[in-house]
Amino acid sequence: MVNENGDKIKISVQNLNFFYGSHQALFDNNLDILENRVTAVIGPSGCGKSTHLRAFNRIFELYPEQRAEGSIILDNENILNRGVDILELRRKVGMIFQKPTPFPMSVFDNVAYGLKLHFNLNKAQTAERVEKALCGASLWDEVKDKLKKSGMALSGGQQQRLCIARAIAAEPEVLLMDEPTSAIDPVGTLKVENLIEELKAKFTIVIVTHNMQQAARISDHTAFFYEGRIIEYDRTEKIFTSPANQKTEEYVTGRFG
Amino acid sequence: MKRRGLFFRKSTDAIIKLLSLVFVALALVVMFWILFTVCARGIEAFGWAFFVEPTKPYGIPDGGIANALLGTVFITLGAVVIGVPPGILGGIYLSEFARDNVFGNVIRFSANVMMGIPSIICGLFVYAMLVFTTGHFSGFAGSVALSVIMFPVILRTTEDMLRMVPDSLRESALAIGMPRWRATFSVICRAARSGLVTGVLLAIARVSGETAPLLFTALWSDDWPFKFFSQPTANLTVTINEYATNSPFQIMHTRAWGAALVITVIILLLNISCRIIFKNKEHTS
Repeated sequence: MVNENGDKIKISVQNLNFFYGSHQALFDNNLDILENRVTAVIGPSGCGKSTHLRAFNRIFELYPEQRAEGSIILDNENILNRGVDILELRRKVGMIFQKPTPFPMSVFDNVAYGLKLHFNLNKAQTAERVEKALCGASLWDEVKDKLKKSGMALSGGQQQRLCIARAIAAEPEVLLMDEPTSAIDPVGTLKVENLIEELKAKFTIVIVTHNMQQAARISDHTAFFYEGRIIEYDRTEKIFTSPANQKTEEYVTGRFG
Repeated sequence: MKRRGLFFRKSTDAIIKLLSLVFVALALVVMFWILFTVCARGIEAFGWAFFVEPTKPYGIPDGGIANALLGTVFITLGAVVIGVPPGILGGIYLSEFARDNVFGNVIRFSANVMMGIPSIICGLFVYAMLVFTTGHFSGFAGSVALSVIMFPVILRTTEDMLRMVPDSLRESALAIGMPRWRATFSVICRAARSGLVTGVLLAIARVSGETAPLLFTALWSDDWPFKFFSQPTANLTVTINEYATNSPFQIMHTRAWGAALVITVIILLLNISCRIIFKNKEHTS
């Protein structure tokens, strides 16, 4: 799929409705996520940004009362279809959460665990891929001497990059990031932001953020959500300099939210 | 409402504080009194023979409690083997798969009721099921009775410990494409492992002092506990009961105190190791 400008569309969301029990959180959303771009999702709290993101890897299914309707087309396949291989979907669509969530095991195993799930590797290959993933997450130099240590012993920012390493080790095509820097300090944030810049060469990135400067700094496209609807979606500089919608302008200039 | 004077409020405060302090002290005094008595009387029985010789029939002055100690270990281990797997798996089910559904609530409620059942009823139940039907007492029946007591305790502590694991960890395990069962065992249970171990140890501590259920099942014996499945099996608590209440001999009374001291130390050690395990966990995570 390509859009009118000839850009490749990685994910096409069509008429997405989302429900928490009887409460509807998303209303007929349509959104085309472009390949190898960073797409930022912004909006006030409770507007459905995270909900939207969490539909892309069907992680919401952990909670029986939540359900999504409509279609999310990833590489010509509607991932909301029942028959989709959910484990393969989640390999292709990695996710980084707000709080760093290292597994209760060593730094090495944190990354190796994801690898072993999806690939049949011997010891040397595993070690090589773990190193590659940690390098890819700009973490290798900081942890190469403490691979055996618990992942939980790292600093918050390092933990978050460990989670990124864990996600990219599975060789995904899309990375979903749900406010990945909101729980870490400014230095850690800067490192993660630089990393996102590098990662977009290989991955399609969708990032939910509360921080508008962050959206402006790192994203190519921005979608503004308000009360479960996508109010405006355009190139980031357009959203931040001359938004078409008044609500968008009020939000990006800090008048509410 | 009119506010009372400052003096009145301050003195009420002081009195309440004093009262609660006095009652705490009272409870502690009783505890240390028990510990002291058990130690002072029990230590008299200690000696080489006490720990290596089996119990002897009435009228024979020498002997020890070695067979009862071993029997208690066997019976308790048996209870662990029978009671821990269903307890842990049931706890996993409640926490991971039946948070809010009706079936889960029924199990949860039943487990709470089960925890309140007097242990003597569990003993009677197993007596009716396993002893009466087979025609013989056995250590195994004792294990079953203790496991019935352990099961709901482990079930509920497992559930509580797993519920303390944040959902974000479940989500991140699933998000890298882990199947649900694998996420549960390798990530969620691992994150909660010290809590799970603590729950099991506390359940062991809880049942290792039980007497009533063993009275109906394992009974008691002067033999070594090697016919665990077909014969009455020696154990510490019933031995204490027997020696202290039925025996006219002073030496047996002393040995009962000795056995009481042994079991107290075992339970104390179990409780202390729970503390240590749980504390270490807080430091690493």
